[in-house]
Amino acid sequence: MTPVGEHWNTSLRELALEAIQAARRDAGGLRPQALYAANMLAPALSGQTHLGVLLADFAGLRGIEASSFEAAGASGGVALRQATLAVRSGLIDIALVVGVEKVTDRVGASVDAAMAMAGDSDHEAVQGLTPAAQAGLLMRRYLHEFGVPSDALAGFSVTAHANAVHNPNAFLRKAVSLEEYRQAPRDNDPLNVYDAAPLADGAAALILARREVLTASADRPLVRVAGSSVAIGALALHDQPDVLGLAAAAESARRALQQAGVTPEDIDLFELHDAYSIYAALSLEASGFAGRGQGWQLANEGQIGLEGRIPVATFGGSKARGETGGATGLYQAAEVVLQIQGRAGANQVPGAQVGMAQCLGGAGATASTHVFTAVEP
Amino acid sequence: MEVSRHWRLKQQRYALVGEVCPSCQHKIFPPRDICPDCGDEARTTYQFSGRGEVYSFTTVRNAPTGFEEAAPYTVALIKLDEGPMLTAQLTDMGEKPVEIGMPVEMVTRRLRSDGERGMLVYGYKFRPMLKAA
Repeated sequence: MTPVGEHWNTSLRELALEAIQAARRDAGGLRPQALYAANMLAPALSGQTHLGVLLADFAGLRGIEASSFEAAGASGGVALRQATLAVRSGLIDIALVVGVEKVTDRVGASVDAAMAMAGDSDHEAVQGLTPAAQAGLLMRRYLHEFGVPSDALAGFSVTAHANAVHNPNAFLRKAVSLEEYRQAPRDNDPLNVYDAAPLADGAAALILARREVLTASADRPLVRVAGSSVAIGALALHDQPDVLGLAAAAESARRALQQAGVTPEDIDLFELHDAYSIYAALSLEASGFAGRGQGWQLANEGQIGLEGRIPVATFGGSKARGETGGATGLYQAAEVVLQIQGRAGANQVPGAQVGMAQCLGGAGATASTHVFTAVEP
Repeated sequence: MEVSRHWRLKQQRYALVGEVCPSCQHKIFPPRDICPDCGDEARTTYQFSGRGEVYSFTTVRNAPTGFEEAAPYTVALIKLDEGPMLTAQLTDMGEKPVEIGMPVEMVTRRLRSDGERGMLVYGYKFRPMLKAA
């Protein structure tokens, strides 16, 4: 993982290389046979497609198999799913997954327009709808339908910021109080600025390998990809039969949990989609951690803090670590792996053995869920 | 310039023409040719009334490219009387505060502009339902 931030002096390929090299060093220098790249915005913001080759070539990996995957904010999870399929199939022994996003070469309206391309261009973006506005629509409906107080989601933001303080890779390493949240300026009301994650540059990478090829690499605890899924719903928010239901998230969580043979009660931590705080509540509900309309009740330290019932955003989440588009799913996965390996430092969830990561593309149009478990030595 | 891209959507953009499923009678907007309800082919056109109600709404202050001049603007999910939901800006609101459940009707307005020499895109927006005189 690279620190998330405004990397004025670092390009798309350099960011990815930094993450790739760190992952390869961590895996004892394994050379991958295939590279799976995840990215959302390079065509719009960097004028660059063909990222699989770009990143493999720049990393000195000519000759291997490489391709790139785009599924908006779920790109990272989708690429990880592809790598998992490849390794599970037995056709690939060692796969490298890298997510990278470079957003700070452009600013303001053009970045918002690029983000809006993840929706339905002909029927959403043409009306001036952005991902932030979608979150505003969801949050207003949520507050209305379930009679929820307007500051009920504050705890997601406060907890994420508290966790980011100790994460050297986090963009916003400062705590936020409930009072600061309440007084924050609003855009896309009822959203305020602390409901929205800051979009920034970053890259994260993981190495996946068949157990058999890892003969003598016992210097790091091994983590198994025990469940892996991608599910989709309608592209446009208005076409979802149940706009607050996140049907794709529910289905992908169900499949991943089933593959891993675990239930939500077994999950020690959950890196969820919190690009906007309303999605944290909706994801907890869709994934089986809270009843419908009750996810907001988990938004406090006792429930979602590092020692809570279901810790989320343990390194700050998108809210405070920083939102990195197509790379986010791989930050989440890498953070879950660190937790299970017991390498999370001040952010450690005590005794973490089973962790889940879930990223969403668009307003829940794509959902990818992965369950990771500790491998007995 | 993307003239043809917008031109070919003129029936739905200007007249709210969607589809009805011949198998299950499900009304479909925007048109998508496959019924989202039963999965059968649905190419029978259907004229929507243009009436509906506000399902949710929000106001955009930091607008994306093409919408800067319009900001701040209010965008909403509109539940059409015939069933489907769509995304549209609200317009002609006057002093009336927007509320969930508010009855609205379709009008045609300018949606976006691409600079001084660029194309203007028109399409549906929704305004509070006018009371019959």
